[in-house]
Amino acid sequence: MWCRIGIVAFSLAVSSALARSAVPSAQRQAELESLLLQDCGSCHGLMLKGGLGPALRPQVLAGKPRQWLIDTIRNGRPGTAMPPWGPILSDADIAWLVDRLLRGAPDTGVRP
Amino acid sequence: MKRWWLLLVLFSGPLFADDCALRGTGDLAIVIERADGAVQIVETTHNTAVARVEGLGDLSHASVVYSRDGRYAYVFGRDGGLSKVDLLCARVEKRVIQSGNSIGGAISQDGRLIAVSNYTPGGVKVFDADSLELLADIPATWGDGLRSKVIGLVDAPGNRFVFSLWDAGEIWIADMQDPRHPRITRFEDIGRNPYDGLITPDGRYYIAGLFGEDGMALLDLWHPERGVRRILDHYGRGEKKRPVYKMPHLEGWAVAGDRAFVPAVGLHSVLVIDLRDWCELARIPVYGQPVFVEARPDGREVWVNFAFPNNEKVQIIDVETLRLSDTLEPGKGVLHMEFEPRGEEVWISVRDRDRVQVYDTATHQLLRELLARKPSGIFMAARAHRIGL
Ligand code: HEC
Repeated sequence: MWCRIGIVAFSLAVSSALARSAVPSAQRQAELESLLLQDCGSCHGLMLKGGLGPALRPQVLAGKPRQWLIDTIRNGRPGTAMPPWGPILSDADIAWLVDRLLRGAPDTGVRP
Repeated sequence: MKRWWLLLVLFSGPLFADDCALRGTGDLAIVIERADGAVQIVETTHNTAVARVEGLGDLSHASVVYSRDGRYAYVFGRDGGLSKVDLLCARVEKRVIQSGNSIGGAISQDGRLIAVSNYTPGGVKVFDADSLELLADIPATWGDGLRSKVIGLVDAPGNRFVFSLWDAGEIWIADMQDPRHPRITRFEDIGRNPYDGLITPDGRYYIAGLFGEDGMALLDLWHPERGVRRILDHYGRGEKKRPVYKMPHLEGWAVAGDRAFVPAVGLHSVLVIDLRDWCELARIPVYGQPVFVEARPDGREVWVNFAFPNNEKVQIIDVETLRLSDTLEPGKGVLHMEFEPRGEEVWISVRDRDRVQVYDTATHQLLRELLARKPSGIFMAARAHRIGL
């Protein structure tokens, strides 16, 4: 039980530092880009072409409501392998990730 | 950016500088550089980098098996690429794109067949190990014409492959006596969402870990007619599950005496199984969600790494006391650990630091660091002679 509290405390520490600004700083954006490819990539593929989780390319996500994607990332999908990122990422982080996914790679072609 | 690689290759001198090296491969290993679609060939006698091979595609979650003569590495990439890499000449000998999305593979007992497990389209494909010619296609069909993702593919004695179906919750045995006409035995309802599988080093038991519910599925390959049995049922009973930010792996079998060590799912614990009755003997609290739980080859210690966001540490369990004996901090993004075959050193990939580290397993001291770009899996060529690897 105390471990769970430990995790919550950790997430608060992380998110309160970031929740203040609506748009993540340039440095934070770089961290999120790396998180997306490496850590989301462990399930969605390093190129976001899919793996255990579905592909997250702009073509696949097109037409899916932004808020619904935000909720998916924040709360996960219970009963599936998609974990909730709310304990780790701030709302601003998640919104940035969703826009990044919908838009595609910063410099398309080489990276997803 | 590439220049220092060139330097490394040049400095490795006569080994691989021109053509092909005249040496054994028993002390070689491959390090996956997953962001670059490249592998490094390293040697574990002096712990140096010897060559780099590029052009292997998307290597997220890549894994490797070795030909029985230890000369070739078969690299399974995420993009469905199957590459046969010549360790001595440090080049890609053959390469096929065999599916849209794959997850790993195995080499048959007789060394003639390479099997690849695929996510899309879900199933297993079997290739000739020499030519990479497709011999058999085994679609993982279930339900109403659905295809399941396949995971946990291993080789088993009798030239069989065993694997699990993530979506379907099944274990299949493919008997490859006639490579073009595999004979399939299906075991249904083995539990929800098997996430990986392993086979014991003697090739007798196949064990699939379950993500969708607590427990593991155990199949005795000496007695497949007895069916699949559930073990470690309800190990998480009454406990609040935590999110799993990276799937654990079952690779090899962390056994010490009559105890085996496996990752719990959704708990920051390593589970200890009593092999006399397959019951849970103990649960060891650890620093995060375990990903790899690996026994030092002499069985005296078990080393554990963790899922995001706890992936900067490695913990060591003393198997006699079942207590943590040490915690190391290699740095963020510890993705894999591989012991040298006799266990005196262990190689650890530290993705975010672009390093591979070598530790002395007796003193737990860092001996050496090698540069590698976003390293993930490390695979010793000594796997060539082990069942299930
Ligand atoms: C442990 C595996 C895992 C990790 C890590 C993971 N996901 Fe997922 N994700 C899944 C699975 C599985 C699904 C499909 C869930 C379902 O069946 O509805 C999914 C679904 C999604 C979806 C919905 C896609 C759709 O078309 O419905 C989004 C968006 C998403 N993930 C984003 C992310 C992001 C961003 C990260 C990293 C911050 C991430 N995921 C990390 C497994 C994972």
